[in-house]
Amino acid sequence: MEPLLELQQISQAYGPQLVVKDLSLSLKKGEIGCLLGASGCGKTTVLRTIAGFEPLLQGEIRLNGTVVSRAGFSLPPAKRQIGMVFQDYALFPHLSIFDNVAFGLRKLDKTELIRRVNQALELVGLQTELNKYPHEISGGQQQRVALARALAPEPQLLLMDEPFSNLDVTLRERLSMEVRDILKEFGTTALFVTHNQNEAFAVADRIGVMHSGEILQWDSAHNLYHQPVSPRIAEFVGEGALINGVVKNAGQLETGLGLLEGIIKRPLEVGSPVQLLVRPEDVVHDDASPVKAVVVRRSFRGASILYALRLANGDLVQALVPSHCDHQPGEKIGIQPDVRHLVLFPADA
Amino acid sequence: MTPLPADRAGASRRGSSRFFTRPSGWQWLTGVIALLVLTPITVLALAWLDPAWEIWQHLQETLLARLLINTATLVVGVTGGTLLLGVSLAWLTGACEFPGRRHLSWALLLPLAMPTYVLTFVFLGLFDYTGPVQTQLRSWFGRGIWMPEMRSAGGVVLVMSLALYPYVYLLARNAFRTQGKRALEAAESLGCSPLEGFFRVVLPMARPWIAGGATLVLMEALADFGAVSIFNYDTFTTAIYKAWFGFFSLPAAAQLSSLLVALVFVLIVVEQRLRKRMRYAQSRLAPQAERIVLQGGKRWLACGYCWLILLIAFLLPALQLLRWSLEIFHAEFDSRYLGLLGHSLLLALISAVLIAAVALLLSYAGRRHPGRLTQGLIRTSTLGYALPGTVLAVGIFIPLAWLDNQIIDFARDHLGSEMLPLLQGTIAIMLLAYLIRFMAAGFKAIDSAMHRVTSSIDEASRLMGLRGVKLLARVHLPMLRGGIFTALTLVFVDVMKEMPITLMTRPFGWDTLSVKIFELTSEGEWERAALPALTLLLSGLIPIILLMRQSDKD
Repeated sequence: MEPLLELQQISQAYGPQLVVKDLSLSLKKGEIGCLLGASGCGKTTVLRTIAGFEPLLQGEIRLNGTVVSRAGFSLPPAKRQIGMVFQDYALFPHLSIFDNVAFGLRKLDKTELIRRVNQALELVGLQTELNKYPHEISGGQQQRVALARALAPEPQLLLMDEPFSNLDVTLRERLSMEVRDILKEFGTTALFVTHNQNEAFAVADRIGVMHSGEILQWDSAHNLYHQPVSPRIAEFVGEGALINGVVKNAGQLETGLGLLEGIIKRPLEVGSPVQLLVRPEDVVHDDASPVKAVVVRRSFRGASILYALRLANGDLVQALVPSHCDHQPGEKIGIQPDVRHLVLFPADA
Repeated sequence: MTPLPADRAGASRRGSSRFFTRPSGWQWLTGVIALLVLTPITVLALAWLDPAWEIWQHLQETLLARLLINTATLVVGVTGGTLLLGVSLAWLTGACEFPGRRHLSWALLLPLAMPTYVLTFVFLGLFDYTGPVQTQLRSWFGRGIWMPEMRSAGGVVLVMSLALYPYVYLLARNAFRTQGKRALEAAESLGCSPLEGFFRVVLPMARPWIAGGATLVLMEALADFGAVSIFNYDTFTTAIYKAWFGFFSLPAAAQLSSLLVALVFVLIVVEQRLRKRMRYAQSRLAPQAERIVLQGGKRWLACGYCWLILLIAFLLPALQLLRWSLEIFHAEFDSRYLGLLGHSLLLALISAVLIAAVALLLSYAGRRHPGRLTQGLIRTSTLGYALPGTVLAVGIFIPLAWLDNQIIDFARDHLGSEMLPLLQGTIAIMLLAYLIRFMAAGFKAIDSAMHRVTSSIDEASRLMGLRGVKLLARVHLPMLRGGIFTALTLVFVDVMKEMPITLMTRPFGWDTLSVKIFELTSEGEWERAALPALTLLLSGLIPIILLMRQSDKD
């Protein structure tokens, strides 16, 4: 099946500065994609280019098989059938909730319009707030109105720019789950950008980790976490540490945690130095273990404690330990490695 | 946990009642000021109890229809003109980016520095039949060339629109600046073309601000005395002046004034409504949004348009004033000029200090008593800005003259001595009228500074052992200094260029620069009026610079 959205080697610049370089990605119909990256990495620019607000320097953007942007050509935003949820929601303060949602539907006749607005507001659970104005509802409700307004015209593609960043932490978590359910129920193809991994993991089917205008890896959340393609991604996604190791033979690795066994996917010569990704859950607390480490830092997290530990060879690892095992910085504790996949990078990478 | 906030509230209440011993004193004070403002309005309303029918009949037969038509033309025309200029300029400099945008954005406020009557006489001097523009054009194209008549309703509307558009511009620019391109983009993402988006979203979103600016323009247009009298264009304000000083009929002046007050009252109600709407609409907007970067020919078009308006409304008239001033400098710069300047400066200084002091008291009263009564009294106290100067002059003079007569009668009957009038013929009447008219300008400046002195600042100071006079001197005054300075400047300049109140209530021998301009321009002596006008223009630049620095900080 042809992808609904396809970006082919697009580049973007503000003046002489390239902000997006040779970036490609594609989304199938019904998929939710996410661009994840720190601020200034170019992710919002990509989104705005897809929406048609920024001209393209190089490459091509295709929507449903038709070219909407290429160098020197840009279909006006209004003709793209793309919906957008802005970071500050951009609700129209002079219109009621109903009129905000109805804004993109004015070509419909009245009964159909009312039906569609109600449907959209019902979907986001705000059917009772019709006559209020944006300033009269909470931030979370405003976010949902923005979503309903963007979904009501039934766009081919929905774009969301940091959709949850203006909400407080608990609301953010709940709403991100809700938004995924709503999008899936609507069958909407969507692409959103965020700097928050948890949001990306909670909402997206496919995530692109962006750094200075490039996508480093375009993959599912599971693969990003367990099979990062570079040390940068390994460090950016999730918690954990890179420790030094040496390849003993096809299935064995010598590290500060002892001799580790597992599948080594990369073709690496015996004796070559490598870096191994160790996640906090890969390190198990075990007083009987011969491997000892010194507690450097502890952070209490309720059910568990995240320890930063220094191994005998000076490498640092993290360990997630049930919180009844309470140790203070400076204490020496026994640990046991429990590494399932050996995620290795050449030491010079 | 729950008793804690209640405890704190109790503590701070006790603290404050110790600091300001008699809270009701503040309310009394506010009440007195409010009464001062209400007095002229009440007096004018009472003029209807004893209507001078003969005068009415005379007015109705000769004048009233023309007054109404003229005033309506003026109001509709100037509102339309200022909206067109103000909104277009505000959108370009507020939401767009083009060459020269930064400088133009504040330069377009410069016409505020020029009193309307100054712009008017310079325009007449420039564009009249004998003026340099028409003379030049005739020498190029021959005598037969048709030129629009400057001394016409169209001319008044044009000049006043050029002078007053900054009110709309200033408010609308803030609205467009917070909108940026985001609002338009949101509309486009929902299927609007840019043009549709402009009319469906950009303009309606800025409507409260635009309308706010327009009401200010309406008030100015209704209140204007100087410009229309130079044009010989009869409106209510000139009619009030003529009734009093031409027919010596104070009752007729009062009755005409009361009509104008009724109009103004409607405007006040509308404006207060709009202010509330602005507060709501502002709640969720980004402080400074990204601009629409104009491309290609459009950016030069935008740039050219802004420069053209600036040139016509300010640069050319200012240059012309300078030229005239240089021509007549030797003849006019003498002790008489210095005397006029001295009077203007002295009056402006006294009223600035007086108003700043009263505004400070009002602001403290509002801080101590956030209740509805005090807030209502304060709002009443600052309503005077809406009263036209001519109306205020009549409304103040009548009760004070009555009071004077009462005192004289009392002295004669009970003390057996003949007294001269206490208040009439002193500058007290003028100062009182200024106080009422310009209280809002001073109060707004000081009160916005007062809002920064939050109650937690008081509490923090108290924890460090500061209270009473020390708290005032070391915390409040330094924090209020900027606001007080702004208030002093704004009032100072307003009084400097004030014309009708000064003209109608000044004691003998108290001519000022603006009065001199009135006398000279009513005889068509544009050149000789240039020096005092230039002086006023220079003083008018001070608050513009303040405003500029403030908007740079935002």
